[in-house]
Amino acid sequence: MGEWFAIILATVLVNNFVLVQFLGLCPFMGVTKRLEGTIGMCFATVFVLTLASGLSWIVNRLLLVPFELGYLRIIAFIMVIAAVVQFTEMLVRSIAPMLHRVLGIFLPLITTNCAVLGVALLNTQKQHGLFESLLYGFGAAMGFSLVLVALASQRERLEIADIPTPFRGAAIGLISAGIMALAFIGFAGLVRS
Amino acid sequence: MTAAIAVLGGIALVLAIILSVVARRLDRDTKFTVVEQINALLPQTQCGQCNYPGCRPYAEALAAGEADINQCPPGGTTTIVQLAQLLGRHSKPLNPDNGSIAEPQVAFIHEAICIGCKKCILACPVDAIVGAPKKMHTVIASECTGCALCVEPCPVDCIDMLDLQPSIARYRRARPEVIAHD
Repeated sequence: MGEWFAIILATVLVNNFVLVQFLGLCPFMGVTKRLEGTIGMCFATVFVLTLASGLSWIVNRLLLVPFELGYLRIIAFIMVIAAVVQFTEMLVRSIAPMLHRVLGIFLPLITTNCAVLGVALLNTQKQHGLFESLLYGFGAAMGFSLVLVALASQRERLEIADIPTPFRGAAIGLISAGIMALAFIGFAGLVRS
Repeated sequence: MTAAIAVLGGIALVLAIILSVVARRLDRDTKFTVVEQINALLPQTQCGQCNYPGCRPYAEALAAGEADINQCPPGGTTTIVQLAQLLGRHSKPLNPDNGSIAEPQVAFIHEAICIGCKKCILACPVDAIVGAPKKMHTVIASECTGCALCVEPCPVDCIDMLDLQPSIARYRRARPEVIAHD
């Protein structure tokens, strides 16, 4: 139990995928202009990441390891991830068409979100079991969501703030992201990994 | 080598089958909703003459019972009759507030007057106007739906709506006029 808690804490705060390992930066800057769309993106990513890390564990353990096809790992994982994303997109389109329009291109781009592939590859590297993999994926997604929501709420306020002209728009977004990354380094050493 | 091909092919095949089954299942839910059925009947000119931003919003309003069926001038009497059939209402003449059923028209830009301000390009719902800033613009007549949305934004009034001249290429036998329904 304590070990599972450590995995969650480590992925959410200490080794946060976005701000410490710098994976998945495109949705981080791309869909954090409005909090509404960001929350939808977070749900989609939590769903995709958890499902993809579980499925890629199964693919790795049942197919790649017995047939000694470790060199095909990246291609196989990308295929699994793409299918999960496609599934998610169809689901979002039929359940919440408005959200589908808000997310636009960033929904299919979860496929190339390096955090998703990164989690799958790190799972095999760290030799996690199935449940640990799911937990690791879920924790990574929670960390991703936490950071995205935090940045989105900052950027919504920045919209009405009195910012010097050269820093307006993406520039101040990048600066706030950098300051947040600095703050997250403060979590290093919270969990012994 | 064969194992690699078999494994990758197998993964792809299984995933493809799952996805296509799911897609069919979800499609069945969304395709036949009332909004989709109404939207399929509308002419998709996105002209906004119905006082909604486009055909789909009008379809949504119709499905919600907020709009009347006689607000679509480009669709004309045909669309009204079809909508009446679909929704089980009585067909009625087009609401004159929304416009009139006119002969098909195309926009024409007087290129000598055009100052290249791009305002008509932004207004065009079907991207039928080409041009660059400070260069004159022109209308692709085959794409133009004749919605006249570009006429109003033009600051120098260089856009006219012209009646489409009949030609052999576009000849169609006239449809029988719908006199009454129900």
